[in-house]
Amino acid sequence: MNTAVHRAPAAPAPAINLARRRDLFSSDIAMTALKQSFMMLRPDVQWKNPVMFVVEIGAALTLLYIIQSALGFSSSSVSLTYFIALDIWLWLTVLFANFATAIAEERGKAQAETLRKTRVATPAYRLRANGTTETVSSIALKVGDKVVVEASQVIPGDGDVIEGGAVVNEAAITGESAPVIREAGGDRSGVTGGTTVLSDRIVVRISAGPGESFLDKMIALVEGARRQRTPNEIALTLVLTAFTLIFMIVVVPLWPMATNAEVYMTSYLGLSDQLRSLGTDVPTLIALIVCLIPTTIGALLSAIGIAGMDRALRANIIAKSGKAVEVAGDIDTVLLDKTGTITLGDRHAREFIPLGQVSQLELMYLSALASVSDQTPEGKSIVAAYTQAEGLTAPVAAPEGSVFVPFTAQSRMSGVNLPDDTAIRKGAPDAIVRYVVGLKGVVPRELDGVVAKVGARGATPLVVAQNARVLGVIALEDVLKPGIKERMDQLKLMGLRTVMITGDNPLTAQAIAHEAGIDDFIAEATPEKKLAYLRNEQAQGKLVAMMGDGTNDAPTLAQADVGLAMNSGTQAAKEAGNMVDLDSDPTKLIEVVAIGKQLLMTRGALTTFSIANDVAKYFAIVPAMFAGTLPWLKAIDVMNLHSPTSAILSAVIFNALIIPLLIPIALKGVKYRPLGADSLLRRNLLIWGLGGVIVPFIGIKAIDLVMVALRLVA
Amino acid sequence: MWLLPAMLILAAIACSIPLSAYFTWLMEGRYRAPRVLKWFEDLVDTGPQDWKQYTIALIVFNIALFIFGFVVLSLQPYAPLNPRGLGWLEPTTIFNTVISFLTNTNLQHYAGETALSNFSQIFFILPNMFLSASVGFCALAAIIRLFRGAEKCGNFFVDMWRVCMYIYVPVALLFGIIFMQQGMPMTYASTEVATTLEQGSMGLDDKGQAKPQTIVVGPVAAVIPIKMLGTNGGGFYGMNSAHPLENPTATTNFFTTLAMMLFPFALVLMYGRMLGRIRHSVVIYGVMLAMMIGLIAWVIRTDTMEPNPGLTAHAATAWQVPSASAPSGKLDVPSPAVAALPVNQHLGNLEGKELRFGTSAGAAFAAITTDVTCGAINAEMDSLNPLSGLSPMIGMWLNCVFGGKGVGMINLLLFLIVGVFLAGQMVGRTPEYLGRKVGAREMKLAMIALLVHPILILGPAGLFAATGWGTTAEANPGAHGFSEIVYQFSSSSANNGSAMDGLGVTYGLNANASPSPEAVPWDIATGLVMLFARYLPIIAPIAMAFSLGRKKVAPVTLGTMSDDTVTFGFLLFGTIAIVGALLFLPVAALGPIAEHLGPIPFGG
Repeated sequence: MNTAVHRAPAAPAPAINLARRRDLFSSDIAMTALKQSFMMLRPDVQWKNPVMFVVEIGAALTLLYIIQSALGFSSSSVSLTYFIALDIWLWLTVLFANFATAIAEERGKAQAETLRKTRVATPAYRLRANGTTETVSSIALKVGDKVVVEASQVIPGDGDVIEGGAVVNEAAITGESAPVIREAGGDRSGVTGGTTVLSDRIVVRISAGPGESFLDKMIALVEGARRQRTPNEIALTLVLTAFTLIFMIVVVPLWPMATNAEVYMTSYLGLSDQLRSLGTDVPTLIALIVCLIPTTIGALLSAIGIAGMDRALRANIIAKSGKAVEVAGDIDTVLLDKTGTITLGDRHAREFIPLGQVSQLELMYLSALASVSDQTPEGKSIVAAYTQAEGLTAPVAAPEGSVFVPFTAQSRMSGVNLPDDTAIRKGAPDAIVRYVVGLKGVVPRELDGVVAKVGARGATPLVVAQNARVLGVIALEDVLKPGIKERMDQLKLMGLRTVMITGDNPLTAQAIAHEAGIDDFIAEATPEKKLAYLRNEQAQGKLVAMMGDGTNDAPTLAQADVGLAMNSGTQAAKEAGNMVDLDSDPTKLIEVVAIGKQLLMTRGALTTFSIANDVAKYFAIVPAMFAGTLPWLKAIDVMNLHSPTSAILSAVIFNALIIPLLIPIALKGVKYRPLGADSLLRRNLLIWGLGGVIVPFIGIKAIDLVMVALRLVA
Repeated sequence: MWLLPAMLILAAIACSIPLSAYFTWLMEGRYRAPRVLKWFEDLVDTGPQDWKQYTIALIVFNIALFIFGFVVLSLQPYAPLNPRGLGWLEPTTIFNTVISFLTNTNLQHYAGETALSNFSQIFFILPNMFLSASVGFCALAAIIRLFRGAEKCGNFFVDMWRVCMYIYVPVALLFGIIFMQQGMPMTYASTEVATTLEQGSMGLDDKGQAKPQTIVVGPVAAVIPIKMLGTNGGGFYGMNSAHPLENPTATTNFFTTLAMMLFPFALVLMYGRMLGRIRHSVVIYGVMLAMMIGLIAWVIRTDTMEPNPGLTAHAATAWQVPSASAPSGKLDVPSPAVAALPVNQHLGNLEGKELRFGTSAGAAFAAITTDVTCGAINAEMDSLNPLSGLSPMIGMWLNCVFGGKGVGMINLLLFLIVGVFLAGQMVGRTPEYLGRKVGAREMKLAMIALLVHPILILGPAGLFAATGWGTTAEANPGAHGFSEIVYQFSSSSANNGSAMDGLGVTYGLNANASPSPEAVPWDIATGLVMLFARYLPIIAPIAMAFSLGRKKVAPVTLGTMSDDTVTFGFLLFGTIAIVGALLFLPVAALGPIAEHLGPIPFGG
């Protein structure tokens, strides 16, 4: 079992996280994003987003049509201002989409920038082969270089401590002000560039060249430049492209169909010049295509993906790929370390079982005496238990002249020698038995039974003896973190199977697992056992997430679908995992899963919303298109819009405005609630599906009313 | 009025339960065939096939059937059983007819009694009906096996043999016996000469004698059971099930209607049984049933219970269209005189109905036949009220309200995958179907299959509406004629085969001196539409099923979206309704809705 620096209960939010304080749209970010939106109008950039590319082409064609009309080469039944207004809104649609992507990128960049500040070039003291040092810039460091870092110096790059140990302040990365210990050998050897050594001297072997460290990788991911689309995103883009194609198939034949209506009505009325409707009007048909194709989700798709990475970063998790974050949402099984995640990391005296003639209070008192100078949590808890039982206000004090016997690995017990030659010892059962037998004492027959019973319920038995007399047994139990059971219930609702990893024996493990509501456990865990368990889960088709920090965790981290390495862990562990937690907080795994789920949910919800929106747009546009030839279709215009042109403009404006209105949701993500898939589905279907059908009816009508009130439409 | 459809639905549900168990038993190969049959089965068994081999076998078989059909129809003038000496059909009509029967569409650009000899009925129509009906069934079986994760999806030829011999033949025999008992002709004779009751109703001959009536007969009772059971729909007579010899009594009407519902109903349950997910299939069944009941209720409500609005409502309504040439800028749209005719319609719309079967029989039949892509009719589709005509069209547009045997279920799977893909993400997981993750490849194949149908309906309908091919052919110009064009392509693409008529698409025999002027483009266009609409939506889903079946099955947890709940039913229904509406709302508005709302009934 690894013993990393588990900084016990997770702080609610790291304090110094600058980016977290930034507003959603701080003005400088918005300005840069705005500029960026215009830059992104370049067709070769738009091409990557098929839905918006279609809109851009439509806007360009409308512009051509306007020029043509202005020059008098084509005529229409409606005025040129309608086409100009239409075209402006088509361009705005593209710009809004660009803005959504740009603002997500800018926010990601700003987030990355705060991290990058830690990466400015610092002087490094490179160790030469002959033992002397030379001063170089941190940028010039290569993988394998050894550098010396002394107190109050900044560590120049990611690496492993290979010599010495030091107290390091990692606030620059984690935002956590409490310093941590990093030392050579063991699982706490990993250091991150940009953190500061507070004391002592260490030698660090650099493990990442300039521009290749985790932070650099993460920065590239949020900046979008090297962002690779995840499998789900690819599938969704494909579906959106297919929908775009479908709607073009729907709209293009409307042109000849509208011609059919025009020709027929002209001949029915016996007119000499053909009746015209908007149905044969190219810009109107383009407007219909733009309204129908899933522009809302098409515009927000990249932003959602970037924002997902960004959310991970805000939680101080560095994901090595977008896919890793997405896979987190699919996790079926989480392997959780007992210590730090489920229990507080120390044991408390829960019960005192006196043996023979000894009274309970006597046992407690003598145990407390033996523990007065024992500064371990167990010892403190024994003293506290006695104080509480007696209702004392002052702490127990041993009589003057007492000599304390500290715990050693050889004796496996500790205690006190009182001035009156009484020796009190507490320790592991076999150690105390040996001690008592050595003093020719008699071990009570019931001891074995009591010890076994205490062990059976998952507690650790501690036997207390006074000289050659066994007084009784103290049951030390793990203390669960507050609220852990509720947390585990939530995880179950999220569809996760929880597995506890512990170095305890199976009995103890089972008791704790049962108490915390955990599904399964790996007791007396070794890296091999963990790996075997994980492989077995994966063979059943499950996706497994785990957290680890030691070098011996590396194979398991690499095998896991989500391997979250602690930043405090070794370089090997960090290389093997696909995410690194800068806070080294073992409860982070749960947060990672929620972030992954939120990412997928946001995409699904906005896609559903986007498609459901189309229904209302039909009711606005179809009657308007045929007002010139089949005026009776007005009956299906349930919104009773002002005029054909205002109906079409309202639909296009709604279609454009909904994009910036949904940017906050795309960036923040749809709120994930651990409700279980079915109630979550019901909820989201109602909000985004049914809501998606209803909202545009209201929105389009409102826009129409506003335009009429402002006398903007004929 | 409601009794007939209610009885039909209840009977179909009752029959579908044991039938689905029987199908499952057969398709899983749990039976032991009698020796002779076993011998033949071993003969066709070429061993287990993977999805590619299965698909290739399916395609090769259909190519062979195409050639066979072409040869048989071309042999008509030289073949026996042709006492009337019928000649060739026009070549494009042969092309159209061969494809039509090959693809289980049975769109008939000819009238059976005047164009086909009994030889053609027996050797072209009959085998095609059995075999084309089995193809979709087999494709579904293959898809189910692939979904189960099987590497090999059975043997196409064995599947065909099982479906034909153990399912269609015995059930068709049973129905044939009922039909014969009810008076359906079953003979090798080609004509029957009868003296009409009313003297001279057929006119007088040269000598002034009353002419006898020549009635075309043939092996009608052999064709009709499989026509209905196989959801083929191609009538022995041009009038289809409205003909007194093709549908002699109310009893045959009940059983013909029931026959077309049986297999599509049962196949949905077979899907659940073979996958071991009965509850899932019951949800799908429920969604389909709800849609079917809705469509039947709609057509009866708007047709049997309402007058034709064209004859009553619009005479008084004045409409105006903007026009530059009119002095006021507006032009009145007058109604034609027919709209003001005093027609008594208190019994609803009786035009084109076969009243022997009751007032709602025609409407109910129209909805059912298009839902299950049968395409037989017992009333004139062209005469349905405009809004009522929407019901059959929606049935064909969605093409999964039970749909054809096998293919209807396959079409539903496409909608289902789209729904699951969107909703699956909404629960925060990579979408899964049957525990397997739906990825880009599956979505690509599903979307290809889903795209085919609207392209093949809307594209040609637009082309024909704007050109003389369509406008010359339609009997009623305007909205009604537009509906006729859309209907024809919807029927072709849904492999349904019913028609709204009113379109001049029949060339008839090659010797016909005055064929419909636009028959040739219609023959070719609908022929191609039927062909493309049949195979791509079968092959792409098989490939999709294979791709999905290869994936690992994820365990079911609380985080997994269940596929057997009412919520899932609503999701499925919502997906079908919204996607369907988005695809076809504009044509619905231009056709039936415009005709209903407008002042110009019947095209004026």
